[in-house]
Formats: sequence, C-alpha cells, structure tokens
Amino acid sequence: MTAVEQPATQKWVGQGLRRKEDPRMITGRGRYVDDMTLPGMLYMAVVRSPEAHAKIVSIDTAGALALQGVHAVIVGEDLELASGVPMAWVPPGVEVKTPEHWPLAKGEVKYVGQGVAVVVGDDKYAVVDAAEQVLVEYDPLPVVVDPEKALAAGSPLVHEEFGTNLTHEWSIGGGDMDAAWSEADVVVERRIVNHRTAGAPIEPRVCIADYRAGQLDLHLTSQNPHLIRLFMAGELGMSEDSIRVIAPDVGGGFGVKISHYPEEILATWASKATGRPVKWTETRSEHMSSTIHGRDQIDYVKVGAKRDGTITGLECTAIADLGAFYTLLTPFIPCFTGFVISGCYKIPNLNFVAKGVFTNKMATDATRGAGRPEATHLIEVMIEQLAHELEMDPLELRRKNFIAKEDFPAEVAIGIVYDSGDYHGSLDKLLTHVDLDAFRREQAELRERGVYRGIGFSTWMEICGLAPSRAVGPTGVGLQAGFFESSLVRVHATGSATVYSGTAPHGQGLDTSFAQIVADRLGITPDQVDVMHGDTGTGPWGLGTYGSRSLAVGGESIARSTAKVVEKAKQIAAHQLEAAPEDIELADGKFAVKGSPEKGLTLAEIAGAAYVTMDMPEGMEPGLEETTFYDPENFVFPFGAHACIVDVDAETGKIDIVRYVCVDDCGPAINPKLIDGQIHGGITHAIGQVLYERVHYDDDGQLVTGTFVDYALPSAADVPSFETDRTETPSPVNSLGVKGVGEAGTIAASPAILNSVIDALRPLGVEFLNMPLSPQHVWSQIQLAAGRDVPADPGKQGGSWDEHGSGSAGSGPTSPSEGGGL
Amino acid sequence: MIPAEFDYVAPTSLDEALSALREGGEDAKILAGGHSLLPLMKLRLAAPTLLVDLAGVPGLTGIERDDGGWRIGAMTPHIAMERETDLGLASVVARTIADPQVRHRGTIGGSLAHGDPASDQLAILLAYEGSVVIRGESGEREVPAAELFHDYLTTAVADGEVLTEVRLPALEGYAHGYEKFNRRQEDWAMVAVGALVKKGADGSCEDVRVGLTHMSSVPLRATAVEEALRGRPLDAGSIAAAAEHAADGTEPPADLNASADYKRHLARVLCRRALETAAAA
Repeated sequence: MTAVEQPATQKWVGQGLRRKEDPRMITGRGRYVDDMTLPGMLYMAVVRSPEAHAKIVSIDTAGALALQGVHAVIVGEDLELASGVPMAWVPPGVEVKTPEHWPLAKGEVKYVGQGVAVVVGDDKYAVVDAAEQVLVEYDPLPVVVDPEKALAAGSPLVHEEFGTNLTHEWSIGGGDMDAAWSEADVVVERRIVNHRTAGAPIEPRVCIADYRAGQLDLHLTSQNPHLIRLFMAGELGMSEDSIRVIAPDVGGGFGVKISHYPEEILATWASKATGRPVKWTETRSEHMSSTIHGRDQIDYVKVGAKRDGTITGLECTAIADLGAFYTLLTPFIPCFTGFVISGCYKIPNLNFVAKGVFTNKMATDATRGAGRPEATHLIEVMIEQLAHELEMDPLELRRKNFIAKEDFPAEVAIGIVYDSGDYHGSLDKLLTHVDLDAFRREQAELRERGVYRGIGFSTWMEICGLAPSRAVGPTGVGLQAGFFESSLVRVHATGSATVYSGTAPHGQGLDTSFAQIVADRLGITPDQVDVMHGDTGTGPWGLGTYGSRSLAVGGESIARSTAKVVEKAKQIAAHQLEAAPEDIELADGKFAVKGSPEKGLTLAEIAGAAYVTMDMPEGMEPGLEETTFYDPENFVFPFGAHACIVDVDAETGKIDIVRYVCVDDCGPAINPKLIDGQIHGGITHAIGQVLYERVHYDDDGQLVTGTFVDYALPSAADVPSFETDRTETPSPVNSLGVKGVGEAGTIAASPAILNSVIDALRPLGVEFLNMPLSPQHVWSQIQLAAGRDVPADPGKQGGSWDEHGSGSAGSGPTSPSEGGGL
Repeated sequence: MIPAEFDYVAPTSLDEALSALREGGEDAKILAGGHSLLPLMKLRLAAPTLLVDLAGVPGLTGIERDDGGWRIGAMTPHIAMERETDLGLASVVARTIADPQVRHRGTIGGSLAHGDPASDQLAILLAYEGSVVIRGESGEREVPAAELFHDYLTTAVADGEVLTEVRLPALEGYAHGYEKFNRRQEDWAMVAVGALVKKGADGSCEDVRVGLTHMSSVPLRATAVEEALRGRPLDAGSIAAAAEHAADGTEPPADLNASADYKRHLARVLCRRALETAAAA
C-alpha cells in the first residue's frame, strides 16, 4: 500500500454533519429523472406478459396504432441489436448456461411481466390506453415455479434448448470434509430458506432517451452510469464517446438499479425510430413484476462440532432460484454467499456449492447485501441450533470459535484473508447494553405469566468495498470489469473545490462524507466542496455505487487525489515562502512553514497563484487539480454484534420486537449520523424480510404480490427504535481505515430476529423456523410442536417455504437429494 | 398506475350532485376521500366514466350530538372521529385506520358506502345498531345498519344515491373493547372484533354487542357470542366460553396471509380479548 499522508488535524471528519443533499431533497428541489421534460418528448408504455410461460401466437398492433397520438408500436422482431441484455460473469472453469435475453420477448414469454411490445406516443396517459389495445394471443406452456421441483426429472423446462433447468454449479471450499464429520461429536443439519424479496426503492426506474444526430443522451435512474454507457454502446453498435448517461438525483436503489434493463434499450430504440426524446416511467406494479428481485435461496446446511464446541466443519448447498433470464450479475450472486461462508469463525473445513436454477419468474440479482445476508443468516442460525444441540450457551460457542483479534490479518479455509477484526470486542460491548442475566430472569418470570419473550444474536462479518480488480475481475472470480474507483479533485482559483467521483450515490449521503474528507485535507469547509457524480459527460470513468464500495474505494480515491493536490499546493507555498516543500504544513487553514504559522498562505491564495500563474515554481504546470484511479489490495471486512428481543403472541403467532441493540464496526467514522442512518435502514430491510416481505408467485407463476397492499413493506410504525453503538477497528487496506456500512445492517440482522423468536418459543417445543415469520406460519409451527393439526397455509403456495417437518422436531431431511420437492 | 380516462365534476349542492349522478348513469361514481376508489382506478380495476366529487357540497361534514345520539356527516374524515373521543368505540376504531394521511382524507360515509368487509367501521356500525341516511332525487330514507351491507362491495346505496349521514346511538353505560389483527399497522384488518358491553347492577352482562370485521363478504354481528354472554356474569370463564362462538356460521375469505380456519381461530381469540377489555373497563 502506498502511504497516504493523513491531515494533521481532523476538524470535519468524525462529525455527524447533516447531509449537504438534504435542503434540496426536503424542499422538493431535487431533480429526479421523472421531473424532467425535454422539448418534443414522447412517452413509452410497455405491454407485458400476463402468462408465466407461453408461446406468442400473434401480436395485433393495428388497434393501438390507429389511436390518435400513437407514434409507434415496437415488438421483439423489430429490434436489430448486436447483443441483448448483458450478464457480466464468466467464471473461469465453470459453464453457465446463458439464455439470449432480448429486451422484448421473441416467440415465447417465460415470466409474468416480461415485455412483449412497447407503445410510443404523445401523452403519458394515452400510451397506457394504447398498450391495452395491443392484442397478444398466447398459447400457454407448462410452468415451473419451485426451484427444487425445477431440478427434478420431468420438470417443465424454462429453456428447452438447455435440456435442464440447472444453470450452473459453482463451489468454493477448503480443508477436508471427511475429516470435518469424522472429528465431530455432534452434527446438525437444517434446510434454511431465504425467500425472494424486492428492493423497492421509493423511486421506481425511469429513463429518458434522447437520440439526436448520432448522439445519445440517456437520463437514467442508475447506480452505475458508466457501465450502462459501455453496454449501450455494444448493443447499439455505437462508440462510447457518442453516448452520455446521466444519473441525476436517484431515489434509492438497494441494488436493483445496478442492472441494465430492457426499457432503457427500448426507449433509446424508440427515440432513434421517432427522432424524439422518449420517456418511460415505471409504475410500482411494474417494479414488482419486472425489476429484479433478491435472495431466493434454499440452503442445505450441515455443521459439525466437538463436544467442547470446537467447530470441525460447515457445508452448504445453495439452491438459487435465478428466474427465467439473467440480468447483470444474476448467476454470480449466490457465490457471494460462499465468500462469507466462514463467518466470524475459525472453521478448518468448509464447502459451499451453489446450484443455479431457472424458473418462470423475474430474474434475481443484487439487492442490499447480495448473497451475504443469506450467508450470515444460515451461519448464525446454525450456530444457535448447534449450541442448543451441544447444550452450550450460544455466545460461549461463538467466543470459542471466533477468530481472535491478534490473528488478523487472518486467512480462512476458503483462502480469503480477512483484513481486520475484533469479534470478541464487539460482542463484549454489545453485552454492556444488554444485561443477559437480567434478561433471562425476566424471561422466566414472563413465561410464568404466559408471555413468550426471547433473545437472539447475530455476530456478523461481511466482505465489501467491491474491488479489488485482481480478486473480482476477469482473472479472479470472473466479473468482466475492473473494480477500481476514480476521482478528480479540482481546486478552483478562489479556493473552493469540486470533486468528481466515479461512484454514483443515490441516497447514501456521500456528497457530505466526501466533502468532510476533502475539507480536512485542504483546510477549507465542507460547504466549499461540491461533489459531482453520475454523469459520464463529466469526470473520469467510474464503476458506481454498490457492494458498500463508495467510501472504502471511492472515498479513498478522493483522499489520494486530495493528497496529490496538497502536495502541489505545498510546492507553491514553499516557493513563495522560500522554504523547502517538506517543511510546509497545513494548520488552521493555512499552508505555512513549520513553526511560523503567521506567514502562511490559504488555499485560495495558492490556487489563485496556480490559475493566474504568478509566483509559481519554475516549470510547474498551471492549475490545481489531480486525478486518481485507485484499485485496493483487498476487500474490507466490517463486523459487529446484534441482539434482538421479541415477544411472541403464542395465541396468534404475531411477533413484536421489544428491543433491537447493535454494535457495528466500519472503521473510523467519517460521519456517525450517516452510519446510524445506514444501520437503521439496513436493519429495517432485514426486519422486512423476516417478518413481512415476500415476493410471492402462485403455482401458476402469477405474481400475487404486485402492489404494496400485498407486498408488506414495513413502515416506521412497524419497526422499533434502534439502539446503536460502534467500535472502530481501522482497516489496514485504505488510508482512511474505513469499511463499508450500507449493507451491514441487512447482512447482520435477520438471524438475530429469527433466533430470538425460536428462543421465545422453545418452551412450546418450537426448535426451528424459516422466514418469513407471518403470524399464521408462526402459529402453525406452535400448533405442530404441540402435536395439533393445522389448517393449510395459503402463503405456502408456489415455493419451497415449508419447514420440511423440521419445525417441531428440530431435525428433518437436509440434503437436496433427500429433501427435494414438497 | 394511470387510470382510464374519466370526467370530473365538483357540484356545490347535493341536488347538483344527484343530477350529475343521474346524467352520468351507472358508470358515474361518487368521489369522497378517494382512498379506496382512486387506487382501484389507478390499477384499472375500476374505470368510472364520471367522478362526482362531494368535497364542495356543503353540510356533509361534522359530528353533532342530539337527543341521545350522534349525527356524523358522510364526508367527515376518520381523523375527526378519532378526535371526538366521546364517540367511544367508534373513536377508538377510527384511530386504528391505516395511517394519518389516510385518516385525514378517508371519510366515514365513503367507507360505509364502499362496503369493503375489511374496513373497520362497518362492523362497528352494526354493533352500535346505528343507521345511515341515503338521499336520492326522489327523497331521503334512513337505513338501519343491519340492512345496509348486501354483499362484497355492495350496499343499499343504489346508483344515483348519496349516503349523507351516519347516525349512532349514544349507548350510555356501555364499555368497549376493540381488537384488530393485521400484519402491519397500516393494513386492513385480517380480522377485527369490536365489543360493546353494558354491565348490570349486579355486575353481570346486561347487554353485549359484538361486531366482526373481515369474517365474511359483509361485516357481521357475532350473535352466538352475544346470546351466550347476555345475562351471564362477566367473568373470565363466561367470556371465554362465549368467545368460543365468535366464528360460528362465518365463511371468512382466505387470502395470502390467512386461511379461513386461521381467521376463525383469530376471531375467537380476539373476541375474548375485546370482551375482557370491555368487561374490565
């Protein structure tokens, strides 16, 4: 690592400043894509398949075309593209069956919500009416919704040409699994379901394509505009320089705005065809059916331990429901579960296998955590299941197997080197907030009165700061891109600064944290630092915002560019003050000779000299700006400890979160308020998955949860007040010491909640549960544990959600071969 | 999320509204708070050709007390009932409806005329044995709650008519309990039970009324519960025994979150709790 000089004093970094972005956002002066109207703009509506799997017999567009104000109706066969919707993973040595994925269906539809045609017209209302006049005749084909049934012999095939629904198998491991089981005194097996969820940002997807004289401007709700430009160039046969992609204010993404979607290609095609700008705005129902989903993994997990609690091995086979087609990273996402499969623990023998499966559903891809929430969930649920089998305190079991603080950097059995950590420390700090002995006394008293209170824990770690290229890129796991981040720091003649970042923040508050980093290093205030991003027409190429990478990779890049600017500023100051550059220091906003602060120069004075080119060192270029392309040596590895306390209404199955306490470590805080915000939102995402949210298809492949009435996103009224605290263990990977935090809460929280419910219900004989913990599901499991019959749960149609008999007995079939099917 | 094309009028008198409805025919719809109708239109599950907005019609809002009862204008928003705590159970119930935004826009008359069996106040009107006033061009009639709800989303309010007022008896001496079960705070009730209990001088149950929400295609009275408890002591045993009848004869609609049998179970549990609350008050 190149040494990067730290500022002598930190005035702004570490402060919980309010977000620079907020005044415009909360006064309605933000500018989102849907706020924009270009001269002569047309509107586009998409005709979508109501069938989960069907041949397209015919498409009659005459009725739509006859309507006033309709300019064009485009169907799949009209498009002439060099390539379809891209998928960017080519794993060395693994064949991934990859279907052609065109922006509109050609001949056959394979999921409800797939685009069949688009209508382009004068008015955003008229195109929706016209879309209803596009008459599509379908000839239904057999549908498969359950990924385990899809793998069984004789299943309907989503893509006939592959002869199977198995997309690929990918594995990672280390050690010797035979040794793992032969050394184990206790082996616990579970089938852990991580059901399908939606990202559901407050702003759905929107684009405006404006194709003029060979030049395309694409305004888009994107987390990575530069990548979109690259893909568009390939599909349309255009050169990158003739495309500009602009992501203005973007209202949240949670991963779903990483992928490159059909609609931005279609709007561009329509703009080219009509010679007018074309806007498409997704409806919420379209978002539910036709924007990527997350999770949807069934994990067959086996863990072994010696009687004293020493874990001897962990094995997981993940059945990953990928849907019918791939978006940008679809088949790769389950691999991310494998990278984190060791958790916080020294596990000598590990094996993780991901099996991807086609089903007649929308694609899954990255949503907040992308594979890592699944990993934490299965590990931390298994730890508490194992502790129960061993009759051991679950925290003691964790402590016994934690990687010790002094062992970092620590290589785990799958070959990944954890940069830093203090797992005992975060758990110890958590327990200063949660008096466990007092809790157990209270729990026992409440049980006497029929109140079922439980506590569950999650001690989590994750791998983020997406980068480094050597690990993630083509010669690493096989993503077809570099994973550096760019920055340009430009000091203006009057001493304020503009920062261009290759990241594409969309709600994280990075304008504020980036400004804090720069302000300290230049001796100015955050108000004097403007942060620009999301526009391929300005600043250098960038990779975008996802994978909790923006601060650890993008922020470090900015710190490095700023350091280069400071280096030049010192040379100018040294020249003017007749001193050596190494004797210049920045203190109290002035560049001065060490020991003589009274004669110092402000940044404005130095920048003035650099632009007016007066009194500069001989031969020095004018101007004061620097660029960095930063590619780190390693990922970063945040961690923490969470505790959840719930009350379960045993008569109804309803769960009430009484307390949620967490201690997280993302290195030194740049802005603690922003960290709290990310943790609050992240935990809320996990609460949503555990208690409320599920993307639900019925057995016919119909999407049942197409609105927020049925897709139960929690509101503020449904979540507790979070109690957060931090430890700060600097990462050695970057000079800021920072690790990502955007996904941390989501990655951490689900097992803490699930474990707490199991802990509450153990006196009733419930030993294991799968998400989502709907009241009827929890109530049914209580009944089953008591040996009573239960009515069929309508929520269980259309997917492998069942406990497979493991609900009451705490055991059950746990290998895909034995347990497959319902 | 874009409705089909429709016309909109905003009459300034009830007579104007009634003639607009007549001219609009069967595809004309009354717009009150819009919190049921507009989402249905945006999803294109409803496509009225004319909306007659009652917001500008005077005299349709407000809560008044007169000789032993309450008169509530049909356009009174839920929030006003929530704030009129002297309404007792109806006020407690109003506070549980959806979220503050909905309670500020949604109206009692709109809710009752829409006839969604998952809505809170329908079963409460039954339990109060209240009534509504319905105006048509041919005049005005008062319809008792027991005759108002015909089927799912179907009420005694005919095409061309306007529900103008809700009447609730004051029910002096009744205590109440309300138990609403839903997944999220803002959701419609999966099942809800409202109980009104009048304690006799000897502490026994002089009268009891129990309303059931979302246990059928229409709101229901739990008459078997009422019969089992009336005249009995208001102790835990009697209440529990009576509550066991809460689902008698019901055909609750199953949905994604609850089977019919689970709803019947919930009705019994919630009924017991609502009665216990009322009895303890």
